[in-house]
Amino acid sequence: MRKTATIISLVIVIVLFIVTAFLMHPFGQPPSDMDDYIIENAQSEAGANNVVSSVVFDYRGYDTLGEATILFTAVTAVVMLFRRRKEETIN
Amino acid sequence: MSKIVRTITNLLTPFILMFGLYVIMHGHITPGGGFQGGAVFASGIALLIVAFNSAKVQEKLKERHLSVIESSGALMFIGLAFAGLGITFFYNFMVGSSIFGQIPPEGSNPGYMWTAGVIPLMNIAVGLKVIAGLSAIVLVMALASSNIRIDE
Repeated sequence: MRKTATIISLVIVIVLFIVTAFLMHPFGQPPSDMDDYIIENAQSEAGANNVVSSVVFDYRGYDTLGEATILFTAVTAVVMLFRRRKEETIN
Repeated sequence: MSKIVRTITNLLTPFILMFGLYVIMHGHITPGGGFQGGAVFASGIALLIVAFNSAKVQEKLKERHLSVIESSGALMFIGLAFAGLGITFFYNFMVGSSIFGQIPPEGSNPGYMWTAGVIPLMNIAVGLKVIAGLSAIVLVMALASSNIRIDE
């Protein structure tokens, strides 16, 4: 039972991957419309000279939120690892 | 460290910290931004820790203050993101308003500070977060290796 479930889910994943590979943007073609749109409109829409900055903080802000969360988690983990409690230093 | 290293650090640190803040503040005009400027600033703190010992740096730079700064930076970032929720999450609602609302002329221009709406504020928020986060990492690691109890 478990083995058949594994095989079925594996086949589904493989088929999805193959279908995605055939649907992909052809290699070496000129960039998509979205790139041109951002390059042409970033200055007037976001108002920033730095187009990269306007992508990072405006068009793809959600991605930056994830990055900030990663940093937060890393800091929390490091502080948790290297913190020593009071009782431990007394002993 | 030796006296030579300490003297050079005393000379160099203000410029490193100021350059980090400059990269954060001009993130919407020149290459850079909150993450990069914060990393520059934290490298200045790391230089201080290397040149002087970590206990001396800890007298001025408490870990609990750093965590407050980091959390407030994160809250400011998410708050700015939610403030644009009238249209979409992360909408740049300040373009055209009176605060950072100027729109630069199309094409190459000298770069105007008072532009880009919400982006400079987000740069400042992320910059605070990265400054505090990376400084806390460096400081806590240095303190742990020097056998001093970490101030909680």
